[in-house]
Amino acid sequence: MPNVDPHNKVDTRNEVEVAINRLLKHQKEHGYDPFGFRPSTLRRALPPVHALYRHYFRVQVEGIENVPAGRALLIANHSGQIPLDAMMIATAMLIENEPPRVTRAMIERWIATLPFVSMFFSRVGQVIGTRANAQALLERDELLMVFPEGSRGISKPYSQAYQLEEFGLGFMRLALQTNTPIVPIGVVGAEEQIPALWNAKWLARMLKMPAFPISPTLLVPLPVKYRIYFGEPLVFEGDSDDEDRVIRARVDVVTDAIRGLLKRGLDERTNPFF
Amino acid sequence: MASQRKKQKPTIVLTGVNGRFGRMLARALHRDYRLIGVDPRGARRLPRDVTVHTIDLRRKKVEDIFRRNRIDAVIHLNPTPEWRGRTSEHRNIAVLGTQKLFSYCAKYQVPKAILLSSAALYGAHPDNDQFLTEAAPLMAGSGFATMRDLVEVDMFATSFFWKTPEVDTVILRPVHIVGDLNNGVSLYFKQKRVPTLLGFDPMVQVISPEDVVRSVVLALKPGLRGVFNIVGPAPLPLTQLIRMTGRRPFPVPEAVARSLIGIGFGVGATGVPSAQLDYLKYVCMVNSDAARDQLRFKARMSIEETMAPLERRRPG
Repeated sequence: MPNVDPHNKVDTRNEVEVAINRLLKHQKEHGYDPFGFRPSTLRRALPPVHALYRHYFRVQVEGIENVPAGRALLIANHSGQIPLDAMMIATAMLIENEPPRVTRAMIERWIATLPFVSMFFSRVGQVIGTRANAQALLERDELLMVFPEGSRGISKPYSQAYQLEEFGLGFMRLALQTNTPIVPIGVVGAEEQIPALWNAKWLARMLKMPAFPISPTLLVPLPVKYRIYFGEPLVFEGDSDDEDRVIRARVDVVTDAIRGLLKRGLDERTNPFF
Repeated sequence: MASQRKKQKPTIVLTGVNGRFGRMLARALHRDYRLIGVDPRGARRLPRDVTVHTIDLRRKKVEDIFRRNRIDAVIHLNPTPEWRGRTSEHRNIAVLGTQKLFSYCAKYQVPKAILLSSAALYGAHPDNDQFLTEAAPLMAGSGFATMRDLVEVDMFATSFFWKTPEVDTVILRPVHIVGDLNNGVSLYFKQKRVPTLLGFDPMVQVISPEDVVRSVVLALKPGLRGVFNIVGPAPLPLTQLIRMTGRRPFPVPEAVARSLIGIGFGVGATGVPSAQLDYLKYVCMVNSDAARDQLRFKARMSIEETMAPLERRRPG
């Protein structure tokens, strides 16, 4: 992957513009898809994210060609207290994949009640997390990103870094139901961005927040180096309404694949920052 | 000769015939069907071959129509809610009138009953699916009484559908009908300044009355029964639709809008209760696969054609 290394002096200044222009080529006449996504909003929102991607986290991507054309579920480990890992995966799909693709993520339902925030999320392609919405997106052959560890994964303290929390089963049922290949993704680096000593659960409950990490960096991410590994797509067959036990066995295959990618990433790096 | 042909035409009872939509429907149907209109408001500007009974649906006289004619279908236009005023009266007209009408369908073996309901009855909620199917519950009632009555009418028709298999019942739930109409949505878009909620811009589905008329005609097909969401062209954000009419959205902070409307509704300055603001805030959109597959319905009007009657300065 020569073009992902900033030391190779690849011209990365225009890549946002190029990616968005290619997206715009396929858009409908009024510029919105039925979910409210508008590429021209993404064009304005992306440059700061792109700066983080290239210059702050210096993201290194491997195996992105494993993402099949058409519908796919991107299943990744979730870490780092704030969901920058999701942003980095989505940015990778936009500027490093061929062709550029929009990654859809499911957002919490209460976000729909927030002015501006709800509008912004919808314009950049995010969708309220309901099962029917996930299904509708996949049936439109879109790319859906899911973190089956949920908030348990992202808010775990540094002492449990790179240990996966238990995966939810919903994504597997969805994949079986819609016949969607699963691309396992290992994100290495995000665990170190905001090392939390402790998750103050009682404080989180009091403030009605999903988590309250106590970290020496005070939620300012450190300039770690992100390494994102895309594994080979996994295709499952079977009844989506099967017993939990049966579904769990298939989910374990995905968990193992991600564990493998994480191990490889940790072995390959010598330092979280370079 | 002419009268002979007239006798062969199937007969349809059409309620709410004097509304703008009712008139459009009557004009679309009167050549192929013998139409008997029922409307307490009387009738104006209808084709001459439409018989109109100026009576309330709850009156016993309505039954005479069924007794004296062989009715082939009933089309019931769900009355547009009057937001203000005598809600108990409105409730009577909407719910009791519908019950009476459908009971005649069962009693006089009318093969087809069509209710024109609305997709707005699903309600606008933050956790709505982007596209609700016909199986979604009708949740619009919690905010205010008038909407609750319309939900009740729809649910009554749905239970009639199950309980009375000998009548082919069709319930059509079109998205917001916009055009040369006096319904709430059209009037909303026709305001000088169109208020929106600051920071919210939900995707909205609209449909032209012409397309809805076509869906009703398709629903008349013998043997066809069921509940169908009826959808027009692809959805657009609310502000985009407002701009298409040549107006500008006028964003108002939600708290301000709610209290102003609350006061205005209380003193009678506005006819819209503040619960309606949810439609400016959250999505209430539907999936129309069932209509496409079973009714073979697909909207013909583009979004530009649908919004054109609402344009601020129309030529001519």
